[in-house]
Amino acid sequence: MLRLFLAGLAILFACLNANAQEGGLQPILQDHQEIIVKSSRKTIKPAIDALAASGLPQAQVMLETWAAKDMWMRKSDGLFFAGTKAEGRLYELTDFDTGEVVGTFEKSDLKQLKPNSGVRAMIGTALVQFQLTDPDRKKRLAALKSIQRDPEGALLEPLRASIEDEPDVDLKVQKQRLERLLTIGYDEDVVARVAAIEEMSNDLGVDVRAALNPLLVTARKTAADLPSDVNVAIVLEPGSDALSRDDAYHLLVASDLAASLVLPDDIRLALAANIDGGRVGGIPVAQLNNNTARAQAYSTLAEAGIVPAFVTEADIDTALGAHVFFETYAEPSIEVTAAAEKALKKIELKVGLNQTLDLTLDAVSLASIYFLAAIGLAITFGVMGVINMAHGEFIMMGAYTGYVVQQYVPDHTVSIIVAIPMAFAVTFAMGVAMERLVIRWLYARPLETLLATFGISIALQQLAKNIFGTQARPLTAPGWLDGAWVMNDVVSISYIRIAIFVLALIFLGLFLYIMKRTRLGLEMRAVTQNPRMAGSMGINPGRVNMLTFGLGSGIAGIAGVAIGLFAKVTSDLGNDYIVQSFMTVVVGGVGNIWGALAGAGMIGFLQKGIEWMNPSNTLAAQTYMIIFIIIFIQFRPRGIIALKGRAAGD
Amino acid sequence: MERSFVAKNPSVLVFLAILSLFTLGVTVLSEGFGIGVISTSFVKTLGKTLCLCLIAVAMDLVWGFTGILSLGHFAFFGLGGYMIGMWLMYERTRLIVVESLSQAEIPPTPAEVVDAIGTQIFGVVGSSEFPLIWAFSHSLTLQLILVVVVPGLLALIFGWLAFRSRVTGVYLSILTQAMTLALALYLFQNDSGLRGNNGLSGLQNLPGVTVSQDVVSLWFLWASALALGLGYMLAAWIVSGKFGSVLRGIRDNEARVRFLGYSVEVYKLAVFTLTACIAAIAGALYYPQAGIINPEEMAPIASIYLAVWVAIGGRGRLYGAVIGAAFVSLLSTWFTGGQAPDIPLGFYTIKWVDWWQVLLGVSFVLVTLFAPQGIGGLFDLYTNQRHPDRHGANLGPDEGALREKEASL
Amino acid sequence: MSTLLEVSGVSVTFDGFRAINNLSFQIGDAELRSVIGPNGAGKTTFMDIITGKTRPDEGRVIWGEKSVSLLDMTEAKIAQAGIGRKFQKPTVFEDQSVRDNLLMALKKNRGWVGVLLYRPSTSDLQKVEDLATEIGLYQELSRKSGELSHGQKQWLEIGMLLAQDPRLLLVDEPAAGMTLQEREHTTDLLVQAARTRAVVVVEHDMEFVRRLNCKVTVLHEGSVLAEGSLDHVTSNQDVIDVYLGR
Repeated sequence: MLRLFLAGLAILFACLNANAQEGGLQPILQDHQEIIVKSSRKTIKPAIDALAASGLPQAQVMLETWAAKDMWMRKSDGLFFAGTKAEGRLYELTDFDTGEVVGTFEKSDLKQLKPNSGVRAMIGTALVQFQLTDPDRKKRLAALKSIQRDPEGALLEPLRASIEDEPDVDLKVQKQRLERLLTIGYDEDVVARVAAIEEMSNDLGVDVRAALNPLLVTARKTAADLPSDVNVAIVLEPGSDALSRDDAYHLLVASDLAASLVLPDDIRLALAANIDGGRVGGIPVAQLNNNTARAQAYSTLAEAGIVPAFVTEADIDTALGAHVFFETYAEPSIEVTAAAEKALKKIELKVGLNQTLDLTLDAVSLASIYFLAAIGLAITFGVMGVINMAHGEFIMMGAYTGYVVQQYVPDHTVSIIVAIPMAFAVTFAMGVAMERLVIRWLYARPLETLLATFGISIALQQLAKNIFGTQARPLTAPGWLDGAWVMNDVVSISYIRIAIFVLALIFLGLFLYIMKRTRLGLEMRAVTQNPRMAGSMGINPGRVNMLTFGLGSGIAGIAGVAIGLFAKVTSDLGNDYIVQSFMTVVVGGVGNIWGALAGAGMIGFLQKGIEWMNPSNTLAAQTYMIIFIIIFIQFRPRGIIALKGRAAGD
Repeated sequence: MERSFVAKNPSVLVFLAILSLFTLGVTVLSEGFGIGVISTSFVKTLGKTLCLCLIAVAMDLVWGFTGILSLGHFAFFGLGGYMIGMWLMYERTRLIVVESLSQAEIPPTPAEVVDAIGTQIFGVVGSSEFPLIWAFSHSLTLQLILVVVVPGLLALIFGWLAFRSRVTGVYLSILTQAMTLALALYLFQNDSGLRGNNGLSGLQNLPGVTVSQDVVSLWFLWASALALGLGYMLAAWIVSGKFGSVLRGIRDNEARVRFLGYSVEVYKLAVFTLTACIAAIAGALYYPQAGIINPEEMAPIASIYLAVWVAIGGRGRLYGAVIGAAFVSLLSTWFTGGQAPDIPLGFYTIKWVDWWQVLLGVSFVLVTLFAPQGIGGLFDLYTNQRHPDRHGANLGPDEGALREKEASL
Repeated sequence: MSTLLEVSGVSVTFDGFRAINNLSFQIGDAELRSVIGPNGAGKTTFMDIITGKTRPDEGRVIWGEKSVSLLDMTEAKIAQAGIGRKFQKPTVFEDQSVRDNLLMALKKNRGWVGVLLYRPSTSDLQKVEDLATEIGLYQELSRKSGELSHGQKQWLEIGMLLAQDPRLLLVDEPAAGMTLQEREHTTDLLVQAARTRAVVVVEHDMEFVRRLNCKVTVLHEGSVLAEGSLDHVTSNQDVIDVYLGR
């Protein structure tokens, strides 16, 4: 089957190339001996083209040998062979056409051909047509990828020829798609190209846009009259928004149609070159420290014909008036450019819609990160009213716990499953200790709590630095969380982010369950609303406060594990989240989990929105976001979801 | 009945006397004018410490006396530094550029000089244009005015927004922290016009001054001491009168002050803005001694440290703030500078460079819990000043109100 | 007698709970008035509305000869207009001396620049001493007010109110926690004050109200149930049902 196909291919090429060789490869090689030996990217093309066009099956082996630097030339007769190292300085040569060993020769009698990378790339392209029909699926796939990387018109025919008999369904689809794309760019038939463009205009792939965009590349030109033999995209009016007067004149200068402007630098250089006895054009050098004097001196020089004259405004106007300015497509066919433009517009609209979706997904995922970081705080700060500046350090401790667990449990999936309860236990214990030792003495003093917990925060950060060092520690996600869920070339979201979103949902549910359905939640609400009354009803406020604070801290620890999976685990990890977390709780509305959710949502969407408007600058995005929050609080001092009236504790 | 301000506040005289003695002592011992016992770099450290004491006084005014725990005053400090830094950098670069261009065959035009300065200054951030905010950097006078005006205006706008919406207590603290973070993040950008994270550098060189740093460091020490003395007197004068009474009232129970007919927001705004200006002046004196300023300096954590100094010194008394700032910052320099001796425990050696932060954090927690009156409390012991026995009750319902142990009889 | 304060049709709702319901009330220039009512009748909220702490959902609060609305004014502006308030729990500035407390309350320029430059004149100090004598705290002028007894703090607060020289005094349970003797002193102070200005006393204690010997307004569920002399209202069947009968 394959043999038959190769034969068919050979015939095809024979038809295309009337000069198909009867005598095998060696004559072709000999025809191009000189450039092959020279092996320069600039000159080698005819040799490779001839070899590739020979249609001989052995050409593939020969080209591969050449690219692998295993082709040798026998100095005595200038014939080329494949060479393999034998004993000592001896090499065994094999004939390309017959495949027979010719004999062994001294290295000194031979010349090795070492094509440079540029030449090897060209050989690679030539090889593609052979590889497209290679029996090995991997090689065919590699060949496809290579065409995708740098498409070329010459590859269109071999590609088309290889589609029909492609046994692999998946590869066949890929080949057909690639054929369409190459048709857009390189087919000689305009109708076929337009058809291909229209066919692909519903496709969101980056490769489609990559195939269409070069068709619409324009170049700015100017001439006395509008030429008729080019594909003009637009005629520009000098002085309009699209083409400023300066730009238009620069274009004229660049096209050698007008004299170049005399710039301040030119004046200075011209003046410096013409100093004559401490004077230029009659003006003392010392006085040339302003533009008027310089212009005057320069004019004197120009009148004397020493330097080119100034270009006046009138000159510019005349020059601009005498020429037309326009943009031309590199692509000569108007039909193709029109179709491409239409198709791109259609694609762009779809891309825009999909980008919005992608941005929304991004924002949701950022919001869930903020929510995760803030949910512990929503309990300690939101419900209990305790401001804990060490909250970020609890997140950091959770992440480090994950890292330590991974040192002992090598399986990533198991280690994460172990790390989550471990992180909860560690930070829960830490939170309880902190509540018992420090915070409970300061319940009526939120400002002192802020400062005391800040003290704990810097101590914990330094401790972490002393234990784990300053460099980032890896917390590796399990393999099944690698990669992303790709909907198309525009919309994709990594599995880790989905996992974090799910985790955030789980926490939301857990929180609601604890607060609304458990005894602890009931007591918690009782204690935060009226501690004295709760105490008189047999609830131990101290114990409830301790557990509540422990719970909030423990959740921060779990959030730390999740955050550690995508962020660098360092001792100042917490710093990145503390202000945002507080903002999330404050903006959302204190004392309410839905508030934290709304706050995280707002901040996440806001930040992504601002980043979208100014993608290069995430710092600016954060700045503007904080300013927005400060202003937002003006209008809703109690946050998005506010408790009203007396319950809010005037 | 009417007595003079100083007679009513003898502690101000004591403070000024100690400050003058200190300045004189350092001058005598310095390399610039004295016998050279104190190195120039240490003179600079002492000068910087005086500036830190000044901002601590401002912080005490706003937190200790008015009960606003601002976590943003270091932002004003940094802004003051930036404002003076702009002139220092511009003028010094200008002198260098003029010097090098004087070698050119054709004398430069003013525009060429400015362009060359721009290239020099903004080369690091890939630009050569002067941003708009540098419009006045050629003039020392204007830039000195901006030292006070820019931070003052920022404080005024932010304070107006915050106080107007009656944000108080920790919420206000978080909001000021957010403001600081926003400002620091903004300055970190390269296109903020202030050289991004490179900041401004070479500020220790006064343009046109040829005397050595030994002498310049003393000039700045004197200027810092003068600023601290004036700032301390101003603060003491403010808190001694009825204005101080109102401030303390706002700290302990702002609703009550409101029902007395005082517009609490206006008072808060006045104090917030005034202390921002004092902080900015302190910063403008600090950074020429430090030589470099970058956005890192304005990170929110710096402002929290400021609160820590005041708390350790003892808030609500001006000398407490000064002592706290001087004590903690000098101790911090000593520990983190690697001069403190390591403690070998056999199995582990405590290196203070690594453990100082831990010690500071823990001791700060202890001070907050057990000795809210801070180092200033030692003076109470000495003067036999007792604390009221209120069974743990604070002196007012507000979050910033004095605590039992901070109050005196 | 002209009307000093007129509250008409005022309602306030907290989270669905109607604290004040279509309340109307007025008081003249130099009048002493008691407001009584059971817990939750809206007495404190009523004062909150007049002093600007709480904004009503509907209704009008009109003040003085020029009939200005108090609803658009801040607490400070309302206080400056001449309404003084004494809280249920004595609230004085505990970290400051009795003299400083009174000086702060003294009717003077409240602007920040004026206050910054203010130094007490001899007449101001004399006024403070007179007030201190009146409230029986002359001996305590230099003591920190936090050191005073509960009753002394109540008087200091009344003294601060008088120092403000308001046209309307709102006094919330002035006699709470006082001894009989102290109550009599307080009654005298209030009756004395009401000669030159309007005084509204919110009180639970019927004996105290009887001693004030003035017109009484009974609040119930956020609106006026009855108004008149104490004997008149105590014989009102509604009042007996909701309040006295329990």
